[in-house]
Amino acid sequence: MSTDTRHTHDTRPRPFDLDAGWQLHPQVSVRPERFGALLYHFGTRQLSFLKSPKLLAVVDRLATSPSAHGACVAAGVVPAELPSYRSALATLAASQMIRERTDR
Amino acid sequence: MSATATLPLVDRFEHGLDAPICLTWELTYACNLACVHCLSSSGRRDPRELTTAECKAVIDELERMQVFYVNIGGGEPTVRRDFWEILDYATSHHVGVKFSTNGSRIDAAAARRLAADDYVDVQISVDGATPDVNDAVRGEGSYATAVQAMRHLADAGMRGFKLSVVVTRHNVGQLDDFKALADRFGAQLRLTRLRPSGRGADVWDGLHPTADQQRTLYDWLLAHGDQVLTGDSFFHLSAYGDPLPGLNLCGAGRVVCLIDPIGDVYACPFAIHESFLAGNVRGDGGFARVWGESELFTRLREPQTGGACRACAHYDTCRGGCMAAKFFTGLPLDGPDPECVEGYGEAALAGVDPMATPKPGMDHSRRSRVQSGPVPVTIGRRPDRACETSPLAASAAGRGGH
Repeated sequence: MSTDTRHTHDTRPRPFDLDAGWQLHPQVSVRPERFGALLYHFGTRQLSFLKSPKLLAVVDRLATSPSAHGACVAAGVVPAELPSYRSALATLAASQMIRERTDR
Repeated sequence: MSATATLPLVDRFEHGLDAPICLTWELTYACNLACVHCLSSSGRRDPRELTTAECKAVIDELERMQVFYVNIGGGEPTVRRDFWEILDYATSHHVGVKFSTNGSRIDAAAARRLAADDYVDVQISVDGATPDVNDAVRGEGSYATAVQAMRHLADAGMRGFKLSVVVTRHNVGQLDDFKALADRFGAQLRLTRLRPSGRGADVWDGLHPTADQQRTLYDWLLAHGDQVLTGDSFFHLSAYGDPLPGLNLCGAGRVVCLIDPIGDVYACPFAIHESFLAGNVRGDGGFARVWGESELFTRLREPQTGGACRACAHYDTCRGGCMAAKFFTGLPLDGPDPECVEGYGEAALAGVDPMATPKPGMDHSRRSRVQSGPVPVTIGRRPDRACETSPLAASAAGRGGH
């Protein structure tokens, strides 16, 4: 293969602020897939995967929601699922796929 | 459940994606070098090469399919007169470009141009950390050329470009030196596997790492995995124990493919042979139809049997290894990889008739070289071999080692 994927397991996610506003990094492209989506960061040249359509729905709503928590709720994430979505978002933040908005 | 992918999505990817994640696009078979292991047997330009307009049409398709980036190679892609035009067209249509070059056309001006474009990445090919080891494979003076290109890129402020190395028996002891060389220019090291494809089939026996060297390589990759790229090319070594970083699957026809200079679409860059030819971008429906509907790619996306390997405890990690490596060494596709860490491949190779191994589908090697030295078993098939003056030629001549 020649995809040169580098996964994010080597970066330790920092605590993720669900109450902050977040957005996709402007250099990231999202390609919806049956399993969720592929993300490619043109700056870091890294590939990531969203492993469920619901996570894609969360990411899609980040920029227009006041907080990441709000984006999760709007995408239909129930409270019991929140910890795993928070950790998923932390991983995306650690690899610069999403970043905190500075608008609050 | 973890909602993002820290785990490989192997099961989903094995069934293929609607579009490749990325693909390799060899823009030309023309090359000013004649590397002994060239996997596309490049040298002379093919008169049927895609025109500028046809290349742009391919890029339009890739944009519609949301292919994030293309790995452009050759041959030496920069010898195409429209190279920069194609590059600019791709990046302005949201298709990122990573191109491989021997560096001969990367002067100071080209380096400045590349450094200014966020959507372009460059891979400089070097196959030895010293001139002697490199030039034996890539040709006299090619090390100096590559280092000069890296210096231009570094001077232009380009960071994180790639130093791309095919790991061989002769350079596997230089991994730390390669890393230091990359660091010196602010580059990132990329190591890939030597495949018995193209002219590589002629030299593979004498040039591919030994079993002991493979183990050393695996340990080195585990220790440096987060700092080097591999194009996932060593997933067959994951059978040693911990999986190496990456997808760890054969992506041929599932998540990657190759478009060759004349528009032929193959399952992967290492499989230029009619057995892996899925179609041509010039046909009705273009590349998208080949990717989506070709009989070959459909078959590759079906569950694979795993054959004899299925019974092996390592099958889940190595998945039988590299399809192209098996094919061109004459091994069955559902059998072990020739470099199987359990040694099953080596045992299987012993039973292969060297004259009966499949020959590359295209050969654009230059014919200017004069044959000398011991007569290789491949004479007649490839009378224009470039390796006769190389110390590797003797080991390339026969496949009797196994």
